[in-house]
Amino acid sequence: MKKFTSYLLTLLLVSACVGCGNSGNGAAEPAASSEAVESVAASEEVSAPETVPETQEQAASTVAAQETESAADAQPAGVMSYAEYVAAPLDSEVVVETYVQAKQSWWEDKATVYSQDEDGAYFLYNMACSKEDYEKLTPGTKIKVTGYKAEWSGEVEIIDATFEIVEGNYVASALDVTDLLGKDELIDHQNQFVSFKGMTVEASKDADGNEAAFLYNWDGSGQDGDDLYFNVSLNGETYTFTVESYLCDNTTDVYAAVKKLNVGDKIDMEGFLYWYEGVNPHIITVTAAK
Amino acid sequence: MREKKSKKGILRHAGMSVCLLVMLAVLGGCHGSRGLSAFAVPEEFDDRKEYEITFWAKNDTNKTQTGIYEKAIADFEQLYPNITVNLRLYTDYGKIYNDVITNIATNTTPNVCITYPDHIATYLTGTNLVAPLDELLEDPQYGLGGSRLLYDGPTKEEMIPKFLEECAFEGHYYAVPYMRSTEACYINKTFVEALGYELPEALTWDFVWEVSEAAMKKDGDGNFLVNGQKVLIPFIYKSTDNMMIQMLKQKGAGYSTKEGEMLLFNDTTKQLLFDIASHARTEAFSTFKISSYPANFLNAGQCIFAVDSTAGATWMGTNAPLCDISPDKLVEFETAVMAVPQFDTDAPQMISQGPSLCVFNKSDPQEVLASWLFAQYLLTNEVQIAYAQTEGYVPVTQKAQQDAGYLEYLSAGGQDNGLHYEVKIKASRLLLEQMDHTFVTPVFNGSASLRDAAGQLIEDTVKSVRRKQTVDDAYMEKLFRDAASLYRLDQGDRQGQEAFSGKAELGELPPTAVVLLASLGAAWVLILAYVGFSRIKKRQHS
Repeated sequence: MKKFTSYLLTLLLVSACVGCGNSGNGAAEPAASSEAVESVAASEEVSAPETVPETQEQAASTVAAQETESAADAQPAGVMSYAEYVAAPLDSEVVVETYVQAKQSWWEDKATVYSQDEDGAYFLYNMACSKEDYEKLTPGTKIKVTGYKAEWSGEVEIIDATFEIVEGNYVASALDVTDLLGKDELIDHQNQFVSFKGMTVEASKDADGNEAAFLYNWDGSGQDGDDLYFNVSLNGETYTFTVESYLCDNTTDVYAAVKKLNVGDKIDMEGFLYWYEGVNPHIITVTAAK
Repeated sequence: MREKKSKKGILRHAGMSVCLLVMLAVLGGCHGSRGLSAFAVPEEFDDRKEYEITFWAKNDTNKTQTGIYEKAIADFEQLYPNITVNLRLYTDYGKIYNDVITNIATNTTPNVCITYPDHIATYLTGTNLVAPLDELLEDPQYGLGGSRLLYDGPTKEEMIPKFLEECAFEGHYYAVPYMRSTEACYINKTFVEALGYELPEALTWDFVWEVSEAAMKKDGDGNFLVNGQKVLIPFIYKSTDNMMIQMLKQKGAGYSTKEGEMLLFNDTTKQLLFDIASHARTEAFSTFKISSYPANFLNAGQCIFAVDSTAGATWMGTNAPLCDISPDKLVEFETAVMAVPQFDTDAPQMISQGPSLCVFNKSDPQEVLASWLFAQYLLTNEVQIAYAQTEGYVPVTQKAQQDAGYLEYLSAGGQDNGLHYEVKIKASRLLLEQMDHTFVTPVFNGSASLRDAAGQLIEDTVKSVRRKQTVDDAYMEKLFRDAASLYRLDQGDRQGQEAFSGKAELGELPPTAVVLLASLGAAWVLILAYVGFSRIKKRQHS
């Protein structure tokens, strides 16, 4: 009997230890820990600037628009047309259906996206978006966006938005707006995927008065990895264009191409018609002028 | 063009710090378990060994500032040829905070970084992660004014005591101040007078609101009478966290205690938000996050009261050396620089802010000492005065503040629109004159999130008003709940207290635990049964 009891107690002890072990690894883990692990992953995603070379190449190489839906299709109930969006007052709620063209960044479940439909473009700033959904936002993906229309330094955008992926696909081809530079009509194409042809690289001056073909940050105060600013001219007028480092970081072709520019080079460019106190395109491709 | 990323950075930062806090708790635990020993000051600095240290520096997207960092490093490396300093530039405190925390996991924190004390409080949740500076400050050889320093640094007595104390918390110094600034109200005085007002000696909230509302009158074509333009936001505040914190301080209302008690969600806060909402409703008030940089509107004649840091002074005014708007949009006006609005002008209160220097602990105490020698070099007159002159900063040492060259610089305000730009020097003078009226908020693990929440209350209220949503008591209750939840101020506080008191609600027992407890219970039943059975058997035998 003693022997049997010893065996029984040993068995129970082993099962108890196994129970302890499992308990320690599983359900007893503090909730904060698992959340923190997710945060680590999120943080790591952002510490390396979001790059979209694949997105950009795809967008840039798409010469003809791939339309799976007719622009003449009627808008679903409750969804605004681009014209209605333009007419909507600032701070009003807007609902649009649009197509992702490029992703700028994702951080803490918020995504910043360049989007466009056949009629116009929308800049979606800090839109609520899980990391999982962010991966689904490939170029052309159609999304229904609900948010508020806002303006920040001249950039009209949709903020505090949520979205859902819907059926459809469209990748815009670059609209040549070279001839619109300096004209009031240019703003009608705000945020669209556009191209500029045959522009000449002009010298940029840093804060110390030194001349260069490009600057890290607007005054040359940055380092490799920061935004690149460069001047280009056409018909005697000079404009400042930017390689936005969150959109195209220092591993992208466009970042490398701008770093190789020389004053006097003739170049063609593609990018998104962003606005900051005036036109400030976010350039994604630079090639020698054809 | 001015740093556009600031917008992104700041908006991100609001949500960022919440998760970073949680994240650091885990990372710090991991790090601690790896076991960095507490730092002890070496008896002597080993100048035969090579040290490579990293310095993460924040600048205001200002090439002059980055040039000063680079020169300081070059000069320091000449004095200490065995120390190489690698500079990494940032334009956002939040990004440094983020990167420090992500680098804790890989033990690749910088050696020295520019930071806010609130952020250090978070770093301190990691074991021995930050080097306490108490002994280093006092060290007779390598401390402030130490005998073996190869440069003429300030003594501890020559540090501005108030600024140094801002870097002390939990009973230790964990940083040294690098530069100090406060907020200023940059005013289009020309417009104020055109509206029939005269600037008072000290600015009050009532005055600012009254003038702002008076400026909203339009002509028949929808142009504002005061500027003849379609656009006017009379009052724009850059940092709404500071706005709320200063308002509460001026009112003597609760915000937080040094024990980490969070008092933000109170009736005074609610009343202040209602007041702000009433001016957002008329569109007389907006914020940087909602509209853009106050300087851009001020310089275009589209703003009358622009509150921003004194470290943003070079962007303010018609003749500002730095400007983002095109020349054709610039408007001629006289710029007045005043302290932020007050509720009680007899007892003014304004925030003290600006970069501090934090030294990270490493496994090699000599490397930490090398880092300290560099950090301290940034307190020399040469660096202090040069950097303070780039913006409306003030040096953090009496040695620099009383330097003849610096005093001459201050007296030359307005001589040119470059180094001696009048608005910038007025901003510096404002802080020098008001130093005794500045304050900082208590630093504790979570204080960075509380600060974010304070700003978020204003941002959300203003946005809601602009969106024609109802802002009433019910709205405020929900706003408080949402902000507390978003920044985990409710959970962190409650969970923290429960964790310390052992009263945390752990939920249902997991199955394995049930098995364990059942097994133990069964074992005891069997043991007792066996003992009982043995006794009965023994009696029967006897």
